[in-house]
Amino acid sequence: MDYNRVFVSKVKRLIVVFTLFSVFLGFRTAAFAQADSVAAQGHEVSAPAAHDQAHGKEEKGFDITSFIFHHISDSHFFTIWGHGDHGLTLHLPVILWTDNGLVTFSSSAFQFDDAGKVVVEKNGQRFAIAHNKIYYANATADAHGSYVSHVTDEKGEEKVTNARPLDFSVTKNVFSMLLSIVVLVIIFTTVAAGYKKRAGKAPKGIQSFLEPIILFVRDDIARPNLGHKYAAFMPYLLSVFFFIWLNNMLGLVPFFPGGANVTGNIALTVVLAAATFLITTFKANKYYWGHILNPPVPWWLKPLMIPVEIFGMFTKPIALAIRLFANITAGHILVMSLLCLIFIFNSIAVAPASIFFAVFIGLIEFLVAFIQAFIFTILSALFIGMAVEEHH
Amino acid sequence: MDLLVPEIGLLAWNTISFLVLVFLLGKFAWKPIMKGIHDREKSIDEALNKAELARQEMARLSSQNEELMKQAREERDQILKEAKTLKDSIVNEAKTQAQTEGAKLIEKARIEIENQKKAALAELKGQVSALSLDIAERVLRSQLDDKAKQQELVNNLLKDVELN
Repeated sequence: MDYNRVFVSKVKRLIVVFTLFSVFLGFRTAAFAQADSVAAQGHEVSAPAAHDQAHGKEEKGFDITSFIFHHISDSHFFTIWGHGDHGLTLHLPVILWTDNGLVTFSSSAFQFDDAGKVVVEKNGQRFAIAHNKIYYANATADAHGSYVSHVTDEKGEEKVTNARPLDFSVTKNVFSMLLSIVVLVIIFTTVAAGYKKRAGKAPKGIQSFLEPIILFVRDDIARPNLGHKYAAFMPYLLSVFFFIWLNNMLGLVPFFPGGANVTGNIALTVVLAAATFLITTFKANKYYWGHILNPPVPWWLKPLMIPVEIFGMFTKPIALAIRLFANITAGHILVMSLLCLIFIFNSIAVAPASIFFAVFIGLIEFLVAFIQAFIFTILSALFIGMAVEEHH
Repeated sequence: MDLLVPEIGLLAWNTISFLVLVFLLGKFAWKPIMKGIHDREKSIDEALNKAELARQEMARLSSQNEELMKQAREERDQILKEAKTLKDSIVNEAKTQAQTEGAKLIEKARIEIENQKKAALAELKGQVSALSLDIAERVLRSQLDDKAKQQELVNNLLKDVELN
């Protein structure tokens, strides 16, 4: 097949990337192990002290896991530089659908709190924020001054038991994604204008930069998988490809307006995978359904194969969602972990090595940003192609 | 695991935004872009095809020209050859004619010469006879002063005449 050559080369590259990943995963686990032990020690030391002091800089430096997870998860604040009151932060709007209807306010009302200590009263309801999630606040604060109730589950993870309103806030992810949509629409309407203005002529400027990529999506992703029916799916495939790619790249930019982990959030990859699933399901022809409901196997295998085929319908998009989410999140964790080595060893001497590896991984992440967009798109095209393929 | 549980609010935002993105890009970007690319590829293909056709046409025309040239050359050669043959035949014919004519003229001249010779001989004969008669007359006149001799001569002459 025509795309085989491209696919094989991509696969080779992927192998290289994942080999490097696995090499550095060793580093990562080592880092975490150390972080855990150090954090445990820190905890022991600070246990007699008042818990209020636990908010100090030292403790934060030690608690690498929550530090990293804070960075890869969504947030109601978008820090431009600095930290808290000493920096510049974009306060994003909080939009809640509560028991008493819609409630909106600026996230600045929480005063950079993330431990449920600040209560915001609106429409006669009280809200507190903990671990980037907004909860209905308790009437009184607990011993640590928190207005949310914590429970430690059997795995040792802290859970907040308070009820939550439906949170439709424009968070960091939403903001970043909307920004990427604006950028995409501006860029591609400009490109489209170029095609109208210079109809039949050679591309120019941004048009000539993006045309090879558009042609790559068409000739190496859509056509080999979809055959002559490719044209109908081009808008979806191109949108998905450029949307994922741009958001992957924005996620790699360490400062505003980048840095949000949009494509590394399951909520986004689930939506994209669901779109592929819905297109596959609704565009599928009788051959596709025939293959699922009456697979070409001996009759006695059918009771086994039919559930497997039906299961396969769902595993494909789920794998799509998990793959993108896991790859991008892993990249972010890796870069953060490498940088955190400085704080784990608590020595600036580690910084050169740490930064070298972080930059190295960052460069690989640029490749991964493209490859993941490519893989999501080519697999979407493959699944859709399997559903619309004609058998004669 | 917190990371694997999608937030409802994010899901809603993502779904709406992504649908809006696909709609906006589909309508205002991909449609004109794909159309532009497709049209351009079509026009390039057409131009290439046309160039190929023109090339073939050129080749056809040039081969036709070659053919015509060859034909013309052959025709010219043919004409030249024919002309040469014609010339040769004319020259030959003329030669033969000239020869026959010459032969005829020579023949005529010979006959004329012959005739003239005959006439000249005849005239010469007449003159010789007249001269001889004259001489004879003068001789006779000188000799025939006597009668006897005259008689003898007459007799002799008469004898000759009879013999003739």
